[in-house]
Amino acid sequence: MRKVIHRKLSKNFLRLGLIVLLAFTSSLSAQEGDPAKGKSLFNANCAACHQLDKKMTGPALRHIETRLSDEEGLDRDWIYAWVRNSSGLIKSGDAYANKVYNEFGGAAMTAFPQLSDDDLNNILAYTAEEKKAAPAPAAGAAPVQAASSSDGISNELILGALAILFILLALGLYLVNKTLRRFAAAQNLELETETGRTPLWKAFVQNQFLMIVVAIFFLLTSAYFAFGFMMQVGVDQGYQPVQPIHFSHKIHAGDNGIDCKYCHSSARVSKTSGIPSLNVCMNCHKSIYEYNGETTPEYSKEFYDGEIKKLYKAAGWSDEDQKYTGESQPVKWVRIHNLPDFAYFNHSQHVTVAGVECQTCHGPVQEMEEVYQYAPLTMGWCINCHRDTDVNVKDNAYYEKIHAELSKKYGVENLTAAQMGGLECGKCHY
Amino acid sequence: MSSNKKYWKSVEELNENSSIVETLKQNEFVTEIPTDEFLGDKDTLEATSTTRRDFLKYVGFSTAAASLAACEGPVKKSIPYVVQPTEIIPGVANYYATTIADGFDFASVLVKTREGRPIKIENNTLAATNGSANARVNASVLGLYDSLRVQGPKKEGAAISWSNFDAETTKALNNVKGSGKSIVLLTQSYASPSTKNLIAEFKEAYGNVNHVVYDAISEFAAVEAFQNKYNTRGLADYDFSKAMTIVSVGADFLGDWQGGGFDAGYSKNRIPDHGKMSRHIQFESNMSLTGANADKRVPVTPNQQKLALAKLYSLVTGNNVSVKGLPEHVEAAVKSAAVQLKKAGSNGVVVTGIQDVNAQTVALELNEYLASKAFNSKVVIKTKEGNDKDVAQLVADMKAGKVGAIIMSGVNPLYTLPNAADFAEGLKKTQLSIAFSMKEDETSSQTQYLAAAPHYLESWGDVEIKTGHYSLTQPTIRPLFDTRQFQDALLKWTNNDTTYSDYIKSTWNTNILAGGSYNKALHDGFFVNVIAEEVVESSDAEEATEAPASNAAQALVASAKAQGLELSLYTKTGMGDGQQANNPWLQEFPDPITRTSWDNYLTVSKADAAEIGLINRHVANGALNGSYANVTVNGVTITAPVIIQPGQANGSVGLSFGYGRTAGLKEEMQTGVNAYALYHNFNNVQNVTIEPASGEHEFASVQLHNTLMGRGDIIKETTLEIFNTKDKKHWNAVPVVSLNHEETPVTSPEVDLWDEFDRSIGHHFNLSIDLNACTGCGACVIACHAENNVPVVGKSEVRRSRDMHWLRIDRYYSSEESFAGDNEKKDNISGLGSSLSEFGEMEHASENPEVAFQPVMCQHCNHAPCETVCPVAATSHGRQGQNHMAYNRCVGTRYCANNCPYKVRRFNWFLYNGNDEFDYHMNDDLGRMVLNPDVVVRSRGVMEKCSMCIQMTQKTVLDAKRDGRVIKDGEFQTACSAACSSGAMVFGDINDKDSKVAKLKEDNRMYHLLEHVGTKPNVQYHTKVRNTTEA
Repeated sequence: MRKVIHRKLSKNFLRLGLIVLLAFTSSLSAQEGDPAKGKSLFNANCAACHQLDKKMTGPALRHIETRLSDEEGLDRDWIYAWVRNSSGLIKSGDAYANKVYNEFGGAAMTAFPQLSDDDLNNILAYTAEEKKAAPAPAAGAAPVQAASSSDGISNELILGALAILFILLALGLYLVNKTLRRFAAAQNLELETETGRTPLWKAFVQNQFLMIVVAIFFLLTSAYFAFGFMMQVGVDQGYQPVQPIHFSHKIHAGDNGIDCKYCHSSARVSKTSGIPSLNVCMNCHKSIYEYNGETTPEYSKEFYDGEIKKLYKAAGWSDEDQKYTGESQPVKWVRIHNLPDFAYFNHSQHVTVAGVECQTCHGPVQEMEEVYQYAPLTMGWCINCHRDTDVNVKDNAYYEKIHAELSKKYGVENLTAAQMGGLECGKCHY
Repeated sequence: MSSNKKYWKSVEELNENSSIVETLKQNEFVTEIPTDEFLGDKDTLEATSTTRRDFLKYVGFSTAAASLAACEGPVKKSIPYVVQPTEIIPGVANYYATTIADGFDFASVLVKTREGRPIKIENNTLAATNGSANARVNASVLGLYDSLRVQGPKKEGAAISWSNFDAETTKALNNVKGSGKSIVLLTQSYASPSTKNLIAEFKEAYGNVNHVVYDAISEFAAVEAFQNKYNTRGLADYDFSKAMTIVSVGADFLGDWQGGGFDAGYSKNRIPDHGKMSRHIQFESNMSLTGANADKRVPVTPNQQKLALAKLYSLVTGNNVSVKGLPEHVEAAVKSAAVQLKKAGSNGVVVTGIQDVNAQTVALELNEYLASKAFNSKVVIKTKEGNDKDVAQLVADMKAGKVGAIIMSGVNPLYTLPNAADFAEGLKKTQLSIAFSMKEDETSSQTQYLAAAPHYLESWGDVEIKTGHYSLTQPTIRPLFDTRQFQDALLKWTNNDTTYSDYIKSTWNTNILAGGSYNKALHDGFFVNVIAEEVVESSDAEEATEAPASNAAQALVASAKAQGLELSLYTKTGMGDGQQANNPWLQEFPDPITRTSWDNYLTVSKADAAEIGLINRHVANGALNGSYANVTVNGVTITAPVIIQPGQANGSVGLSFGYGRTAGLKEEMQTGVNAYALYHNFNNVQNVTIEPASGEHEFASVQLHNTLMGRGDIIKETTLEIFNTKDKKHWNAVPVVSLNHEETPVTSPEVDLWDEFDRSIGHHFNLSIDLNACTGCGACVIACHAENNVPVVGKSEVRRSRDMHWLRIDRYYSSEESFAGDNEKKDNISGLGSSLSEFGEMEHASENPEVAFQPVMCQHCNHAPCETVCPVAATSHGRQGQNHMAYNRCVGTRYCANNCPYKVRRFNWFLYNGNDEFDYHMNDDLGRMVLNPDVVVRSRGVMEKCSMCIQMTQKTVLDAKRDGRVIKDGEFQTACSAACSSGAMVFGDINDKDSKVAKLKEDNRMYHLLEHVGTKPNVQYHTKVRNTTEA
């Protein structure tokens, strides 16, 4: 394994060198322009429809200038004209403009008259950069894994050695005992045998009081454990099923900081938080077709890219043609948080009215690669929170009167959800 | 006490020595657990090889296995949309305004959908066109999820594709066109402008086309009478809120008379306001919902009704029509009614349900003469288009082989025609027969092609319910199956590529909207053409006061010939014309009058029953058994079970339509007998001979369930005179107890065992029920079913008193003639002689009782007896006044039900969902789609009851919290109060002092059920006031 990585590494080094070289030469050939500025301009203005290496709503743009001049004989001025007013160019009857226009389904490119020559030069400089090799899996990761695996081996070794040691020790003791007895027999020494005294266990058994105490003790402990076991039945805290698509909340909510309610929008208004429909995924994933973030040995870039492919398949999106095929397959997610039917829970009450953070009940989802059930979701857990949490009455006309009256009655400044009536059976069970 | 009337729910209770009544008074759960049955059989017990030890082993093992199996939770899948429709947020309900127009029921409704599934029908309060959703309309949502629906087009019973269907039928139609035979479209009343246009286009394309409109239950006489008089096809509209004196001769206008939907207007004037309320006099033979609500009800046979109407006409208009043969007391009643009508003048109105052109003409003329404000001949009801003559002609033509093709939609003639056999014969002679139907029913299973039709919740449509009042039908869900509606097929046959929805849109934009917005009309579900309305207003001013000709009245008298027993065929509030016979909600819905579910029956008066030898008896557990009778009309005999109906006019019997269907129904729903077989000449009155038949029928009647427990003042009523003249103490006294030798009202805290719970902060919900406004229509019962996932338990379980209705409408009879007498007699009864004379008295009592309806649900007592006896604290009290029931905590001891003085708790004797022992909607995947996801489906061994729709109040509260606003009065609703169109049920927060319900609580008529028990309920009732003032 290590060898393979080395081979890849060396290859990558070679490739990197080549890229640096090429980049340098190409930037020489381009007219003055700053690729760094170009990149930010590109991301701000172009990235919605263009990628460097991939056809999207618009064509791929890497080396667009050289390609245009080589293949079509068009110069930079043509590009300026196209970017600032593509429809004008099309109307003027420009052959290539019309060709591109028709090739991409007659979708006119948004005009960017605000981009100056310098801006465009910067963008072109950025597009003229050579493709960077995909970042190799962090080099440090492999040795760590190796070490951990050797750790496992050493642990087993130590345990094995210890076991052997114990066996040897026991054997030794047995041998010593045997030898001593032989000596005793040889010397006609009489071994003391305990007689006349009832053995301890018998005395214990005969003592009724002790027996009763012990019996009670055992009964209580077993009842305690039995109770503990029973109470665990149906509590699925930590439930972490394998999902049909490995959706990483860590990447979306954590690394990219997407708000929970961006995707789970119905949590604001409905009783269910709602699993986002695939069109919500596709809002972003139309343009995010690959994963470029941090990877781990367990989850490589290829792995994540594969999951995005699964999404495309489910949504019926053809990445090559950049359009929907119409053949979709709904994703059958495994539901993690299962409240029983007889408990009514409404997300909007908690999210919108009370302003509870999602993490309060769902835990650090932004750190979860795969989501698991964080809270026990037992009634005791609900109730405890209702007892401890103050009602969020700020700027809510509904609460004005009732809160003023009730807080006066209870003599408190802020009412808890329980005091507001949040412990009544019928509030959740109907 | 309000009055000393004796109330009774069943004739059985009049029998003082009835051990059954005694048992029912004492026992909440009448059926014993049959331990004797399985332990008493010694032989079997001894023969078994299973020893006690083995048994314990099995028990131990299965318990351990079960608990181990329970440790592993099932994996639940959660599948989001691929592309979520923008209007759907999972967990939030969407509402669509649409219109039901199934040929019998026409109403603008609001459909509640969850995640795209329609789950409940509600009133469209914006549309004031015609009434509101009745029990059937409320239940119609379940028809969408009927597991027996046809899932695609069929040819001769085998599936066929729509493209083949089109090709074959078009070819066949063209063949017929060429052959010179006629093509017949036999449809329900659509009253649809677009469909009318479409049919005209179809006629144009195919030439010899005959459109026959068929209403299973005919109002043809009324339509003819109206046309003769006003030259418009339709029915006069009545607004009973403008009438102070209502005289009805056989018109069940609170039921389905002339399209129904008059109850909201009627109820407005039933609530005494400034000492005034309307006076309602009813002459009828069957005890109808309308008769039950009348201030004065005169039982008369159908034949006498004609005479009574003619007499009334002659007395009011002064046109002398000689009427002979009316019994003395009826004549007196007619005279008194005439005096009152004359006095009322334009505030009076006369309606009649006699299916006779002359009778209908007389009623129209009377209203014209009175210049009745309630009567409107300008804006006419257009939903009864059926033409009996055309239908009769069609059957004859078919038999003669003159019809080449018949295309049916919305009709089921092989079930509803009295001469169904003739129709079947004719059907065989037509070259092409197509039936558009949701089911393989009696007719569509006999036609060549069965065109699977969508439910109205999946269809487009438009209706002109009244002149200028247009309504739109829009789909609320994608078609569940491969269906196509009749109109779309017409478009195909006429080679028109537009869809019906576009067709409607263009029809509306060109003909109807007059510049109005189609989208707004679609959103609201209706559009009222203002111009048409104005015409009415202006023409209303001119009054027609010329004395009408008395020809019709004389003809009416001439047509009245008494001949033995007369049968009146009627429709039940629950089943209507029988279209929804496969709807378990409606089957289980107890008839408001007889309180019998899952059946139709022959209603017979007590005297006639005794004469013919028909009996009703109660078996040990309180269930009702009745004899069978052979009912013969015109040589057709059917055998129907008999119910002895108090108030049934002697010499008349009644039988309801809508039952006895056999095709396209689950076995459980194949109940009752088909009364259409006796609907000779589409006349609902037939001369009949009745003979007792052998055997005894077992009814599922809830009338004796949950009896009064000997507490008479559960209903309080008084007369308008006493109400106006005397102090509240006389007619609505609060019960008192002695405290330190002083009479103290039971409501005062000093005499209460319990400390008062402080409910002054936050919401305090109260439900107010006005017994005056309640007509007993039962829309609330079905709405409650739909909202709260109340299970259907089936006939045999209902018979065992295990009905699950959270909300029941008790019907009480009381003896009109002897107010105080009955009570006295009851106390003084001793010995055989006395009990015999008693019997005579009681028989008299049941001849024409007064009726009171009382909806009873959980009273949500502030000091609830159920809460104190629950050993596991599964039922507890909330600060907002609701009595909570935590099903998951309940262990099923049933103590609460025993201790409940109102008998409103219901026990789940079985698992009613997903259980193959039952075959109702909760037991198939399709039917379960109707369940409300906000309310838990209860399991076996759990007590349940009305929650005062806590899911709805909680939602209202949450919506307000989310918006950060104060809740306005009227926002809080329960399913029943929202369904109540008569305004009898008002729900709200009494801590909001300006709310309607808080004001109602201070009303003089307000009382609580069984106040002396001290339960302090949160449901208020309002004393029933009867306007008994004669003249």
